[in-house]
Amino acid sequence: MTQSQGFKIRTPYLLLLPGMAFLLTFFIFPLINLAQTSTQTPVGGGDTGQYEQSLRLQNYVDAFIENREQFGRSFLYATIATILALLIAYPLAYAIAFKGGKLKNLMLVLVIAPFFTSFLLRTVAWKQILGEEGFVVPPLRTLGIISESTTLTSSAFAVVAGMTYNFLPFMTLPLYASIDRIDPRTLEASGDLYANGFTTFRKVTLPLSMPGVVAGTLLTFIPAAGDYVNAAILGSPTTKMLGNVIESRYFRIVDYPTAAALSFTLMISILILVTFYVRKAGTEELV
Amino acid sequence: MRKVSRWFQRNLIRIYAIVAFTYLFIPVAYTFAFSFNDSRKSNLVWQGFTLGNWQNPCGAPEICTALGNSIKIGFLATLFSTILGTMIAFAIGRYHFKGRSTTNLLIFLPMATPEIVLGASLLSLFLVFQINPGFWPTVIAHVLFCISFVVVTVKARIASLDPRLEQAAMDLYANERETFRRVTLPLVAPGIAAAALLAFSLSFDDFIITNFNSGTMTTFPKFVYTSAARGIPAQANVIGSAMFFLALAIVIIGQFVGRKRKVS
Repeated sequence: MTQSQGFKIRTPYLLLLPGMAFLLTFFIFPLINLAQTSTQTPVGGGDTGQYEQSLRLQNYVDAFIENREQFGRSFLYATIATILALLIAYPLAYAIAFKGGKLKNLMLVLVIAPFFTSFLLRTVAWKQILGEEGFVVPPLRTLGIISESTTLTSSAFAVVAGMTYNFLPFMTLPLYASIDRIDPRTLEASGDLYANGFTTFRKVTLPLSMPGVVAGTLLTFIPAAGDYVNAAILGSPTTKMLGNVIESRYFRIVDYPTAAALSFTLMISILILVTFYVRKAGTEELV
Repeated sequence: MRKVSRWFQRNLIRIYAIVAFTYLFIPVAYTFAFSFNDSRKSNLVWQGFTLGNWQNPCGAPEICTALGNSIKIGFLATLFSTILGTMIAFAIGRYHFKGRSTTNLLIFLPMATPEIVLGASLLSLFLVFQINPGFWPTVIAHVLFCISFVVVTVKARIASLDPRLEQAAMDLYANERETFRRVTLPLVAPGIAAAALLAFSLSFDDFIITNFNSGTMTTFPKFVYTSAARGIPAQANVIGSAMFFLALAIVIIGQFVGRKRKVS
């Protein structure tokens, strides 16, 4: 083996070394540490926030039973928001890919542009738009569409709507990327073979855009399931999600083991769901 | 009548796109409009037009400290994550080596982990080693969630390169280093720039991981979150709107420059 060949074999590892070292130190190692924390128990007679290592797996059972409502809500809200985002984003991505013409790049920039106004500012804006003094509620009341006592904010509706809105670009971009790759001639061919518009969509467009659907739904569902900002700003105590519980366990109650157990349960459930979903959707190409 | 309905049918998807974009921009427009609100304390209802907030964006207490922290953290996180991520992207995109699929998995996992889990696990690591949350822990946290996005973006660009361009350079007696410097790197550069822009906007906008690892230090999103209960000051709207126009200008100029270079 010549010297240059030896260098060539080592090159990828040298390139990977710093990044992988970083990920091992600040991603894998903390996860192991989190797993340890999740089985700790309070020190007998110690202060609040003092815990000792003891392999108490019962922590998981306790944490789950105590918070099963929030757990269910997280997955329910995230699922609804993902489906809504898919329904809204698909035609938009389709329009950009096939009808964008010269404006394609500009339209793509516009999809990401709302990101640049802070996501929190936009969520607060929705709260005020949908709030009592906003420009939506009073006209609806006057028209009698909603009753005097109904509010749009502080509700499950607002939380799901907020999540749908906030994660819409994450859904649109991967959808666009895979719809844009479809050769328009395949759609023409389908039309030539007497398929109507709907059949063409169902048999040609949709299957060809599946990688985008999978990537988009994952990029929406995962952050939505762990989100607590929408629930905190747009929701009420009855719309609390798992994220809200983890946050308050950490900062207000300093109950690290429960917070860690909940975080771990959330992560594992998402990974299991994602694995099943990707298998079912039949694409191995994840990112 | 039939003509109208036919026109409508043909343009349905375009009309839909306009409606969808309107929906995307409602809160942005609202934020911009209320940056001109002559609000004394709360910015909930319209009280009259003023340019005062734009003339004095640092008028609200703490807001510019928070903004400064966000920019510093964003800059450092972008720098480190772009360097580390680009190196990984080249390794994965250009070489076949043992452990390639494990590497791919390790890149994918942080993206499949909810932010709150990343934030909580990092915080518990810092607590164990008695490192106080603050500026550098936040930078580390941001590098962590930006790396994977940089890798994915740059990798996509590397994958779309025509290998014949590099072969041509080699045929013209360029050695590997020259080929890399004069052909490969310039071709990948737009991907790296896009990745850096993405990393900066992810970092600048992050709240959940930041909230876990920043301790008492404020950032712009943290400022908005904590003041949301009392009503955010109009200066926050000014900064949000300014960031929006600034970023839009950078992206559009970038595209323009890219197109010009393609033509010449």
